[in-house]
Amino acid sequence: MSVETKSSEKILEAVNAAIEKFGAKQEELIPILNEVNRQLGYIPTEAMEEISRRLKEPKSSLFGVASFYHMLSTKPRGRHVIQFCESAPCHVVGGREVFEALKEELGLEANETSPDGKWTLITTSCLGVCSVGPVIVVDEDIYGNVDARKVPEILARYE
Amino acid sequence: MKYYRSHVLVCVDPECLQKGAHELVDALQDELVATGLIDEVQVLETSRIGGCSLGPEMMVYPEGVHYVGVTPDDVPYLVEEHFLKGRVVNKFQMPTTKVVDEELGAPTQKEVRIVLRNCGKIDPENIEDYIAEDGYQALAKVLTEMTPEEVIDTVLKSGLRGRGGAGFPTGKKWQFTRQAPGDIKYVVCNADEGDPGAFMNRRVLEGDPHAVIEGMAIAAYAIGAHQGYIYCRAEYPVAVSTLNIAIQQARNLGLLGKDILGSGFDFDLEVRMGAGAFVCGEETALIASIEGRRGEPRPRPPFPAVQGLWNRPTNVNNVETYANIPQIILKGAEWYASYGTEKSKGTKTFALAGDLNHTGLIEVPLGITLREIIYDVGGGIKDGKAFKAVQIGGPMGGCVPAEYLDLPLDYESLAQAGTIMGSGGMIVLDEDTCMVDVARYFMDFTQDESCGKCTPCRVGTRRILEILTRICDGKGQDGDIELLESLCQEIRTNSLCGLGQGAPNPVVSTLRYFREEFEAHIYEKRCPAKVCRALIRYEILPDACTGCTVCARNCPVNAISGERRQTHVIDPDTCIRCGICMQVCNFNAVVIE
Repeated sequence: MSVETKSSEKILEAVNAAIEKFGAKQEELIPILNEVNRQLGYIPTEAMEEISRRLKEPKSSLFGVASFYHMLSTKPRGRHVIQFCESAPCHVVGGREVFEALKEELGLEANETSPDGKWTLITTSCLGVCSVGPVIVVDEDIYGNVDARKVPEILARYE
Repeated sequence: MKYYRSHVLVCVDPECLQKGAHELVDALQDELVATGLIDEVQVLETSRIGGCSLGPEMMVYPEGVHYVGVTPDDVPYLVEEHFLKGRVVNKFQMPTTKVVDEELGAPTQKEVRIVLRNCGKIDPENIEDYIAEDGYQALAKVLTEMTPEEVIDTVLKSGLRGRGGAGFPTGKKWQFTRQAPGDIKYVVCNADEGDPGAFMNRRVLEGDPHAVIEGMAIAAYAIGAHQGYIYCRAEYPVAVSTLNIAIQQARNLGLLGKDILGSGFDFDLEVRMGAGAFVCGEETALIASIEGRRGEPRPRPPFPAVQGLWNRPTNVNNVETYANIPQIILKGAEWYASYGTEKSKGTKTFALAGDLNHTGLIEVPLGITLREIIYDVGGGIKDGKAFKAVQIGGPMGGCVPAEYLDLPLDYESLAQAGTIMGSGGMIVLDEDTCMVDVARYFMDFTQDESCGKCTPCRVGTRRILEILTRICDGKGQDGDIELLESLCQEIRTNSLCGLGQGAPNPVVSTLRYFREEFEAHIYEKRCPAKVCRALIRYEILPDACTGCTVCARNCPVNAISGERRQTHVIDPDTCIRCGICMQVCNFNAVVIE
């Protein structure tokens, strides 16, 4: 199995739902892109074209916005996205070892997706839960006080 | 409102949820029903109390007892002892000595809590809790007894300055926005708290969201706005959902919306989420992002007070600034101004992090010294080590060395010491920290977060990072320090926004106070703190080595040789300086040279 790209039908469905939720207004562009990104895991070109048509906004400016924000992805992502907090407080309490362990366990570098489409590894800025660092986030689950030994056990929880 | 004799607040932070907080809530409910106490004791869910590492945890009021490590099996015993017999169960009490890992402990003597007063104390998802703590009284007072001018005057007199970092007098900003021509005006709350290690605003949004909402409504009345936006970063999903619940509850009670409290004043609020861009904390970039565009700053003037959101006059303040307002209105400008120094009034929250015994959130009156914060509030440096520096103000701040420990903390004296107040991040560094590495770390952050619009920031931060990386790798050259200095000067004077103008600060301040460390790296190829991998060497002390072979067996690259019961030797050419040998040696025979 390879990294899944979404069918046109699914893409349209996600775009429709997002525009219905926020309204076809330019000021709602970021919430709309966020929602599509959340539904599909990334923002496919087709989705961008459809949003451009509905919001009457040029594709270039849409791409400008989508590529500006770290949380929006224009490339397909794995079924599970692992975010590693790379900020200073996590760094000084052993974050680097956790990141090394993650990379080794997954066989991935930052911003890479595994060939089987299961994992994407990305780094994130401070999540503000510094008192339980190092912190990693898998999909929407936050794990605190992580050390290198806990990494395989955490990853095993995901199908 | 129903009357309960006791309230139990169970922490449902992710950390505690993992440890079974929901199961604990269910068990408590069941047991209270079984014992017939359900009408007397109320169980509520709250955000972090501060002992999550020992979780699940809960607070019991009115006694204020903090229980940790309670499992559903313990509940029958706990309910019987505490709620039936009225005895505090010592074995579940939060150990008072264990404050490491706390986010918000009990206030120490030196602390004054104004912004954090309700955090951990009220249920943030219940507006009645906030109202019981005098919530929305200030808004009522403003709408019924005060003119907008009187409100601005009170804020001016209180001496409150913007808590987002720059420290511009809040009352003045409100005045400018009020005086700016235009019928439609906006109030915006900057909740894009992005400084690494700073989480004061998240704590307020999650623990006391109505204080921010009330502060914004008062600001709106003062400047003549009817619509407000809270721009919250997407990394804080819990804060966003807490805010949305709070806004809805305020609407339901008529505290937001049309004709608030029958005064004829309309005001409503909306939460806007970012999508992960540090620069959006800059006010013009934030405005661009709310408008649905790339979050890039633009030159000021015109300031947002004149031309902000959709080119209308807009008042942008930070979370902490707004959270101060209701208290100032209720207790008066003189009361607030009684805290702090001549030019910096009131209190400030800080997130203490780094090599301290007690890290977490604090709120202290301005004018307190760094020594008091680090040694009295923070409990001193971990493991009895020596203090080296404190990094204040986030990535745009600077490092302050030991000779400034008695510096009274206010906007002016921090600027003199080469740093800024910033939003309140404070990272304490001990003697084992390499200052060149610290400067490199922060530059790595800013060059990544530079939005790319203006060249000095986009290219300059990258060049500085390259030079610093080279120095840490032992490839520093003669002239690098001078090159860094001139680059910093160029970036500072020519960048468009606060990010670029402040980006050189970590480098400039470390060069100012720790120049000899840079020189040691460049000229002697030596890292005095023994941190930079390329400049250190692991060695085995022949006198201490027993020849147990543990290091040789654990070395990932087989760089250690030696017979059993004979002194072992590390081959520096093969060694990758991972430090495993040092960790596994039972005889402290491995040292860094």
